[in-house]
Amino acid sequence: MSLIQGETGAWEVVIGLEVHAQAVSNSKLFSGASTTFGAEPNTHVSLVDAAFPGMLPVINKVCVEQAVKTGLGLDAQINLVSIFDRKNYFYADLPAGYQISQYLRPVVGKGQLTIDMADGTSRTIGITRLHLEQDAGKSLHDQHPTQTYIDLNRSGVALMEIVSEPDMRSAEEAGAYVKKLRSILRYLGTCDGNMEEGSLRCDCNVSVRKPGGKLGTRCEIKNVNSIKFVIAAIEYEARRQIQVIEEGGTIKQETRLYDSHRGTTRPMRSKEEAHDYRYFPDPDLLPLELDPAWVENLKKSLPELPDAKKARFVADYKLSPYDAGVLIEEQASADYFEAVAKGRDAKLACNWVMGDLFGALNKAGLDISNSPVSAKGLGELLDLMSDNTISGRIAKDVFAAMVETRKGASAIVEEKGLRQVTDTGAIEAAVDAVLAKEPEKIAEYRSGKDKLFGFFVGQVMKATGGKANPAQVNELLKKKLAP
Amino acid sequence: MTALTDLSLAEARDGLAAKKFSALELAQAHVAAVEGARPLNAYLVETPEQALDGAAISDARIARNEARPLEGLPLAIKDLFCTLDVPTTAGSKILEGFRPPYESTVTAQLWRDGATMLGKVNLDEFAMGSANITSAYGHVENPWRRQGDNRPLVPGGSSGGSAAAVAARAALAATATDTGGSIRQPASFCGLVGLKPTYGRCSRWGVVAFASSLDQAGPMTRTVRDAAIMLTSMSGHDPKDSTSAAIPVPDFEKALTGDIKGLRVGIPREYRLDGMPDEIEKLWERGIDWLKDAGAVPVDVSLAMTKYALPVYYIIAPAEASSNLARYDGVRFGLRVPGETLDEMYENTRAQGFGPEVRRRILIGTYVLSAGYYDAYYLKAQKVRNLIAQDFDAAFKNCDVLLTPTAPSPAFAIGEKSDDPIAMYLNDVFTVTVNLAGLPGISVPAGLSKDGLPLGLQIIGRAFDEETVLRAGHAIERAANFTARPQFIAGEA
Repeated sequence: MSLIQGETGAWEVVIGLEVHAQAVSNSKLFSGASTTFGAEPNTHVSLVDAAFPGMLPVINKVCVEQAVKTGLGLDAQINLVSIFDRKNYFYADLPAGYQISQYLRPVVGKGQLTIDMADGTSRTIGITRLHLEQDAGKSLHDQHPTQTYIDLNRSGVALMEIVSEPDMRSAEEAGAYVKKLRSILRYLGTCDGNMEEGSLRCDCNVSVRKPGGKLGTRCEIKNVNSIKFVIAAIEYEARRQIQVIEEGGTIKQETRLYDSHRGTTRPMRSKEEAHDYRYFPDPDLLPLELDPAWVENLKKSLPELPDAKKARFVADYKLSPYDAGVLIEEQASADYFEAVAKGRDAKLACNWVMGDLFGALNKAGLDISNSPVSAKGLGELLDLMSDNTISGRIAKDVFAAMVETRKGASAIVEEKGLRQVTDTGAIEAAVDAVLAKEPEKIAEYRSGKDKLFGFFVGQVMKATGGKANPAQVNELLKKKLAP
Repeated sequence: MTALTDLSLAEARDGLAAKKFSALELAQAHVAAVEGARPLNAYLVETPEQALDGAAISDARIARNEARPLEGLPLAIKDLFCTLDVPTTAGSKILEGFRPPYESTVTAQLWRDGATMLGKVNLDEFAMGSANITSAYGHVENPWRRQGDNRPLVPGGSSGGSAAAVAARAALAATATDTGGSIRQPASFCGLVGLKPTYGRCSRWGVVAFASSLDQAGPMTRTVRDAAIMLTSMSGHDPKDSTSAAIPVPDFEKALTGDIKGLRVGIPREYRLDGMPDEIEKLWERGIDWLKDAGAVPVDVSLAMTKYALPVYYIIAPAEASSNLARYDGVRFGLRVPGETLDEMYENTRAQGFGPEVRRRILIGTYVLSAGYYDAYYLKAQKVRNLIAQDFDAAFKNCDVLLTPTAPSPAFAIGEKSDDPIAMYLNDVFTVTVNLAGLPGISVPAGLSKDGLPLGLQIIGRAFDEETVLRAGHAIERAANFTARPQFIAGEA
């Protein structure tokens, strides 16, 4: 447990998260309008989304499927009957004056998720529920000096609100939770997890208490849109609350906003100003009833999820839990690794993927799905090493050339003449030539300066343009330098 | 020859088929009648060109023997149905100038079947009222007058414009909607047949919502047969309305066999209200006798929860309305009254856009859904609503239909009862239970009050058993032989 030291001793921070994840679907939760991101304002709006008189919602089965899949992925209870409610409040970007949500009877009940910490430990975090709801539109305050413009493209887009238990005890755990949740959602294909585009947003409920004491009053930080900000906002908020209490104040229950420029949180509205949402069952919609066989089929069709994949990578490929954890974070990198490792040295494949490949992608700012070197390409490179066509050292150069030119490994090797020299005669000639130039160094070596061996290897490699088989060079040198 | 406007819908249909007159003649006669009916303030928008253009198409189809079920029949449309590019106001200032870019499913089906539109008819604002005196566009007058009393009377509500237009022969039939009695009570007040179908029978898509779990579209006609014909076209599953029932639509006209032998008719004893006028009680007795004479069997049944129906209705309907009407905020369509801030714009728009009855119901609805009151009001009302539905289920174990009066009084004068919302709400006492239970109900004109005003009897049936309801209503109609005509007939001086 990580505690925060205050003036009066140690404090424990208690965190629960509400994540709004946009369900992957071509159309909205209750209308046929498109959900494509980045369209011209008000071009993806049906009459239902704009709440014209007499318009009625019709549930989109795909969104229900995504919610149920997510529930199954979170090892959660699937409620075969759930209810859509209206959450009533006035705002210009909420056309109907209510949001259709699920209040008392959500589609998904209790579940859980395991978070993995940097120190190798893991913890299980409870999931309270997942429900489906509509997103609101967007208010554009910067288009006109005195008026606000409204863009309803997002209005009615399906969100899955995933609520955790207040089980997290540090900002890092909260970050790990969002990271893991996002990873599961992406594996399931139920949310693209793109926080910049707003497909995944996080409300953080934060309170502090003396370790083991009773729960403090919580504040809710709304709409935090990156993992980095989740961590920073919670850290700031916890310290703010500790300071308030230690200075003799009390925490007011309120909703706060995170200011990413200043790294602070500030009040948005207090409990007294909170809306009375007047939830009641939406009379335009029937209870959502799921066929158990349909749920069962979804369950069977679930892909291998991150935790299972990690365990398998450790067991089957003998990877360290850390390496396995890094590789499985994104399904694409896990798939990439497996494609490279198949029929090859898994440890070597892991080193190349996590080291050279990730490094190159990072440097180029590329996603693994846009990698300049395909898994097949990297596999080919590894094969050239294992059949001694090139040495490990040359492989690094070949890889760099592959990244740069997007050509295949063999092509580069041939083109640049990098094929390893394994002709013993040729290597021996190079060794002899080097030794003939360095009688003094030979004497030093023979008198006990073992370290000079590397110098000889280097000279031979230099003379052969790096192409000499290192093992053969070593062997020959040992023989010839022997007293 | 009978005036074309005096024909029933069925007679007009048959006359067109027999080429006794053309669709154009029929439309012209009705267009003139619509103009003649202006003193009633029934029509908010007249669309003569739609009726006449449609008639030309209909005549061509009839000539080619391609007549559709409602070919060339001109109708009035309650202004709660959104009609493509034709102003739709719901009787409210807040929708002034609103021209929907879409057509409601129900009206689209009527046009699909060949009917044409004479215009949009008045109603209580957002269908909230029982006298058609809450419309922002003025009250509607009942074409009937009391004997020896020339004071204008209310047509009932909320479908007052529909009822007045059809009673005054300014439309062959009209669409209407019924949330707590808004089809059946004006039908009773205007000497018409008003049918509220089972909840889910007609699509609500494109009908301005009042209370979503209670609203149901239905026909306003001069005969039971006409109601059956209209219902056949108006009904059907609509994938755009999740509450619309995916069950087949029968040809309801075929249900009118005239045979009700052995039909068990439940008489709910709790519907004998204290202080109910004698003439209503007597009419009810007469109705029982008529059905008995036709071979039906009266059965005494209990609907003990009925006494809670009005309070339950006046919690649930306003609760849903308070949420349904939130969309009228001045942002996207209809009226906008500017303000310094967003909240001020809302306040200005909604204060000027909504009339007092609508404001009252929004306040009631907001209150009953508020934290701390929800359980005591809304939740409890929902529980009682279930009990009311169970009451009906139990009653229908022992009978096939129920017979009750439609309203506790005949039409009253404009101004009477309007200062007392509770007295006004009592109009719905016999009709709201049917909405709460989602059942079909029909009001059939059965006689006249001592003042010479029409009185209706109501037949209530099992869910989706409109056929039996229509058959029993038909028997009442035949026995009652209601031939009285209102004092005001469009085009007659």
